[in-house]
Amino acid sequence: MRTVYAISGGVSKFAKARPDKTFQAVIKEAYDAAIADIGLDFPTFTKVVDGSVASYFSDHFSRQLMAGIMAQDYLGLVPKPSHRVEGGGATGGLSFQEGWKNVASGHMDVCVVYGFETMSHVETWKGNEFIALASDVSWDYPVGGFYSGYYAMMVTRHMKEFGTTVEQMAAVSVKNHRNAYHNPYAQKRNRYTIEDVRNAPMVAWPLTRLDICVMSDGAAATILVSEEGLKKLEAAGAQIKRPLVKVSGIGRGTDAMRMADRPHVDYDTFMRDYATEQEKSSDDTRAYYKSLWERGTRYPGVHSFRAGRSAGNMAYKHAGIDDPMTELDFVELHDAYTSSEIQTYEDLGLCRYGEGGDFAASGKAFMPNVDYGLDLPEAPVTPVNPSGGLIACGHPVGATGLMQGVFAIWQLQGTIGEHFGDETLQVSDAKRGAIHSHAGTGTYVTVSILERED
Amino acid sequence: MAKLPERRPETLGGYVVHGVPFPVETDPDALAFLKRMAPLQIEQEYSITYLHSYGQDSPWFAGVTNKKLLASQDPVSGYTYATPRGHDMYSGEETNWIDITDRKATVHAFTVCYFGSEEFLPETPFVLALISYEGVDTLFLTRLMGVDLDEVSLDWIGMEVKPKFLRNSKLKPTDVYFVPAGD
Repeated sequence: MRTVYAISGGVSKFAKARPDKTFQAVIKEAYDAAIADIGLDFPTFTKVVDGSVASYFSDHFSRQLMAGIMAQDYLGLVPKPSHRVEGGGATGGLSFQEGWKNVASGHMDVCVVYGFETMSHVETWKGNEFIALASDVSWDYPVGGFYSGYYAMMVTRHMKEFGTTVEQMAAVSVKNHRNAYHNPYAQKRNRYTIEDVRNAPMVAWPLTRLDICVMSDGAAATILVSEEGLKKLEAAGAQIKRPLVKVSGIGRGTDAMRMADRPHVDYDTFMRDYATEQEKSSDDTRAYYKSLWERGTRYPGVHSFRAGRSAGNMAYKHAGIDDPMTELDFVELHDAYTSSEIQTYEDLGLCRYGEGGDFAASGKAFMPNVDYGLDLPEAPVTPVNPSGGLIACGHPVGATGLMQGVFAIWQLQGTIGEHFGDETLQVSDAKRGAIHSHAGTGTYVTVSILERED
Repeated sequence: MAKLPERRPETLGGYVVHGVPFPVETDPDALAFLKRMAPLQIEQEYSITYLHSYGQDSPWFAGVTNKKLLASQDPVSGYTYATPRGHDMYSGEETNWIDITDRKATVHAFTVCYFGSEEFLPETPFVLALISYEGVDTLFLTRLMGVDLDEVSLDWIGMEVKPKFLRNSKLKPTDVYFVPAGD
């Protein structure tokens, strides 16, 4: 496989509704921004780009089949090759990796991946119904199909098994919202407190409205290239920032659509098939997990995302990462719920299973330069969702995973200040970061590692 | 009296509008001004009736209609699915039906939904629960009734429950629901 560079990206402002433009024109905002960032004009880029990947989740929201080709057409990319990718909430992450494959395989030298969702076309509770159709319509949806309910069930089990608290979940909401205060692309830029989160209307016990991301209209785009693609773009006049950012690892995992069907494996199976290399090599961690299993824990059950662990392990192996907590400078992960951010800390090996709640409130995942109004016991180590994540930036599904890619590119280029007009969220000397995209209750999960070349 | 929310709910509907503002003359200034025009938004109705088949899972629905809870079992390993599967995910073998109506059942996880998808909003608040059966390897998603919503507690996890069946079957998984076993 060839080396793939992520050279540029663009994001439209995520908003509750964008009735001022059709979805194609919203995508073009992000697309144009990605092109402008490498100093090219539209016709010149059109000549050089080899093809695209279109990322969007639901045909229901736009009441439009084949929306991908309509975007391709609007962007002037026909007759170049393209395909649409769909995988629930992980659509953006999957699309990013499909773009990677296009380039790594030699099929394309320059590939643009664009994504969007226009969720404002239906009322909120109808939108929830559409999303809930991404659960088994024979068995899950008719019982009361509601994604917030599904995630709430998962976290009640996490709380029961591991002692995770609602205040620890609220700390995630405070962190991500206050980070987003410095991100002009974010939909919600508010300085909430733990009390604000807990006093917000209860949606699905114990998750309140501020534990849950909102629906959005928005688009994002990234440009992925090979060495050859770099040369072609630069020959056409592109100004590509150095040092380059490359995609050094990709990983994916899946799990059963019905979370009721997920297994509850024993300790030996967990250690053999799912433990990180670091967990396997630590006497202390093996003893810790043994004690969890002796108390009745089984894996993954409904408290953990096996797909996330599989994706992380695969991506870390590809990128040569042994200890993600010390070898990643930041993580942009799929925090559709504060609870799922906590569960994902564990899946990604930022802490051990069962310790996500303590980790959330420890301070390790916070930014050093942001005032959270919290008494955090530990200093930041690996900021998680420095952009504000889904909870604050919004979640226009097909764009979300690509938005993470764009913010990761900017972190590694050191251009957050340039793009946000505010240096606060720039992770100091960021060399390597992970982006994590996650579909309904952990069915599809992707992890991609981006790295600055020195 | 409870405080009213600060926002009125946003809904669609309203008057039907005939005619929209547009420049009388399409001179260059007027045409240029059109780029500053606010967007027109219309309502589009969309409804459809699907003929959905339960396929190989159909006997389960026939079972609950007759107050019997069925599960699927791998013929060799005995791995048992509370939510039916036609084929075992490990062996690939076709599963057999077994009756688990009288098995001990407990709450594995739950939530109280105060909001929901549009279809289920009128039923809020309702309790979703994942049920664990003795000797069964996977869980079953259901509604939990007979619990006090003023006393929501993690202690509900592990609580023994028993199935109840709708007298008038709807041929949906909600034809069975669960209540605390003591009731």
